[in-house]
Amino acid sequence: MTTQPVKFYQTGTFTVGNRLLDESQRSVQANMERTNSLNSGHRACQGCGEALGARYAIDAAMRAAGNQLVAANATGCLEVFSTPYPETSWQVPWIHSLFGNAAAVASGIAAANRVKGRKGVQVIAQGGDGGTTDIGFGCLSGMFERNDDVLYICYDNEAYMNTGVQRSSATPPAARTATTPAVGKRPGNVAGTGKNLPLIAMAHGIPYVATASVANLHDLEAKVTRAMGISGARYIHIHVPCPLGWGSAPADTIKVARMAVESGLFPLIEAEHGEVVDRAKIRHRVPVDEYLKLQRRFAHLFRPERDTERLAMIQAVADRNIARFGLM
Amino acid sequence: MLKQIEGSAAVAESIALCRPEVVCAYPITPQTHIVEGLGEMVKDGRLSPCEFINVESEFGALSVAIGSSAAGARTYTATSSQGLLFMAEAVYNAAGLGLPIVMTVGNRAIGAPINIWNDHSDSMSMRDAGWIQLYAETNQEAADLHIQAFRLAEELSCPVMVCMDGFILTHAYERVDIPTQEQVDTYLPRFEPRQVLDPAEPVSIGAMVGPEAFMEVRYLAHYKQLRALERIPQLADEFKAGFGRDSGGLIRSYRFEDAETIIVALGSLNGTVKDVVDEMRDAGVKIGCVSIVSFRPFPLAPLRAALERAKRVVVLEKSLAVGLGGIVSDGVRKSLSGIVLKGYTVIAGLGGRAITRSSLRQLFERAGRDELEAVTFLDLRTELVDRELERERHARRTGPTAEALLRDIGTVASRID
Ligand SMILES: Cc1ncc(C[n+]2csc(CCOP(=O)(O)OP(=O)(O)O)c2C)c(N)n1
Ligand code: SF4
Ligand SMILES: [Mg+2]
Repeated sequence: MTTQPVKFYQTGTFTVGNRLLDESQRSVQANMERTNSLNSGHRACQGCGEALGARYAIDAAMRAAGNQLVAANATGCLEVFSTPYPETSWQVPWIHSLFGNAAAVASGIAAANRVKGRKGVQVIAQGGDGGTTDIGFGCLSGMFERNDDVLYICYDNEAYMNTGVQRSSATPPAARTATTPAVGKRPGNVAGTGKNLPLIAMAHGIPYVATASVANLHDLEAKVTRAMGISGARYIHIHVPCPLGWGSAPADTIKVARMAVESGLFPLIEAEHGEVVDRAKIRHRVPVDEYLKLQRRFAHLFRPERDTERLAMIQAVADRNIARFGLM
Repeated sequence: MLKQIEGSAAVAESIALCRPEVVCAYPITPQTHIVEGLGEMVKDGRLSPCEFINVESEFGALSVAIGSSAAGARTYTATSSQGLLFMAEAVYNAAGLGLPIVMTVGNRAIGAPINIWNDHSDSMSMRDAGWIQLYAETNQEAADLHIQAFRLAEELSCPVMVCMDGFILTHAYERVDIPTQEQVDTYLPRFEPRQVLDPAEPVSIGAMVGPEAFMEVRYLAHYKQLRALERIPQLADEFKAGFGRDSGGLIRSYRFEDAETIIVALGSLNGTVKDVVDEMRDAGVKIGCVSIVSFRPFPLAPLRAALERAKRVVVLEKSLAVGLGGIVSDGVRKSLSGIVLKGYTVIAGLGGRAITRSSLRQLFERAGRDELEAVTFLDLRTELVDRELERERHARRTGPTAEALLRDIGTVASRID
């Protein structure tokens, strides 16, 4: 994780300008050497956080692996928008089998690489939150527990987007989805106990777990790079806003993601063998309202009147994260 | 080498001789002994290089197999019953992706009611998933079919299921000739995958295909099976040349040339059927039998050739198409299109109900007199059925059926008789 002290933020946004960083730490957007593993021309919506996250994650992984990378993909937006055959955006050997088995397919690829003596060929599995926290959970937990040599990346857009925005176990309380409509006494998603997959991954004691956000691509790349240098089961959970499902402006994807981090709702942490080893401090704390207000899926929390009870509950989640992970 | 050995152990040894590189294991009776055997061989180094992976479910087992096969490793797994259903989505997927995985199905009934004993409901449920399905009659054949299965799978890039009757074969000790490594190596070349996940030549496997090409992909899967119809007998011939015995092929016929009544069955049941055929032949009855080894692809032409001169065909099935009757009978009927003869479907042995020689003899005699109904349930305990139906006529809340029947019989545990 970045350790360089930064004194200057971009005016108004409180983001760290790339140019303010040391050259070696800057994110590179366009570069002849960049592999563009998820190439342009795919069919993601404008402002898709998942496309952005995958592009940076896989390119960073490719750099770290010296281009010796194989990827297994769960069914979901990323799979569908990247491979409208005969076109494919993938510049890496890539396989899609099913919705719920990406982790297991990756375990199989890793086993084949081992038995074939293909040293240095690394394996990534990737899927959405539904493919990870719900239907693919069994295979994922198996892959963790066996400590298979796979980096699993979850692109968390907090619902089943590919099928039209239905609730998943990663959908936050009160959010409107197609299966938790904004009607009735308590519109939107129920407030269950939640399912914190990074913590569940940590409970497996696997060598590396991290959360990342498209709001901080540099941090995301650094985490992927770190993960690629470790062998065994690794897990990175990336927060990726979905303008279509969240009802946010495509131009606001980074802003929305940043508010999730700065409010404390999406803590950026790193853990090794079940212990948190680092966290990104919040530089400019914002109340959860500022995050929620950018998204139509939470509109019913503010109209026709403020839902103070549930807003307080969501704020309490953020506060608890901040205290729990020492984010301030 | 001749060995007195458990069926599962023989299959494990035979698979090990095929040099699988990845074996995925998940326990379910009656298949478990096979993967246990392989696991031990990997652990003590007899089978190397090989990755033995204990997965968290059958869905995981076949999914790991899909990954390793797509990455170019010769891959094996085994399952039964509930396990096969649990992996159903991956069963279709492996075939759709054209991955030459070999899987043993230790045939077992499907619940509810849960039942660990043998019938063919499990593999029959996957008959149209795009896998080649071979049914072993003996443990020798089960061992041999796996060697042929890898060859066939890899030639065609199509997964192959080798079905062997649970307990009747998997747990039976009998004489099996285990081939030598040289014999197997000569017969089974190294695996050269048709598609492979290789960073040097990146391909995308498993993309979305719409109406513009889906039919063609499906047709090609069908075409592969038609190719298998040609290759299976050739591979069996080659096997005979290398190993000195008959194993495999599409169908096997027995005393059928002048037979008026021909019995058709799959798997180990054919042993009993042949005994009864011999008995009845001794008594002067013109009866014979045909064993279907390859159920997918379905051998329409060879079956027609074997059956067309008979007066009647009795299809003995260890599975039930609920609401219809037979599954195998459908294919047999198709093979006889345009030929007029009597056809009978007999559902037998469900959930491990023993199929005895005396029952079969009576059945075949009734068939010979054309006294059978179109669909017959062999040794159905009608008194139990009637009692339950009577109960249901009188009360709405009669409770769970299976438990009521067991109470009527007065047994606490299931028994086979
Ligand atoms: C077994 C199975 N169940 C359901 C589906 C339908 N399905 C395909 S993609 C998808 C949603 C994916 O959601 P997520 O994993 O969160 O990825 P996203 O599209 O949001 O990126 C669903 C429900 C399927 N393909 N397979
Ligand atoms: S629906 Fe959401 S996740 Fe899917 S492509 Fe559009 S923006 Fe991306
Ligand atoms: Mg999602």
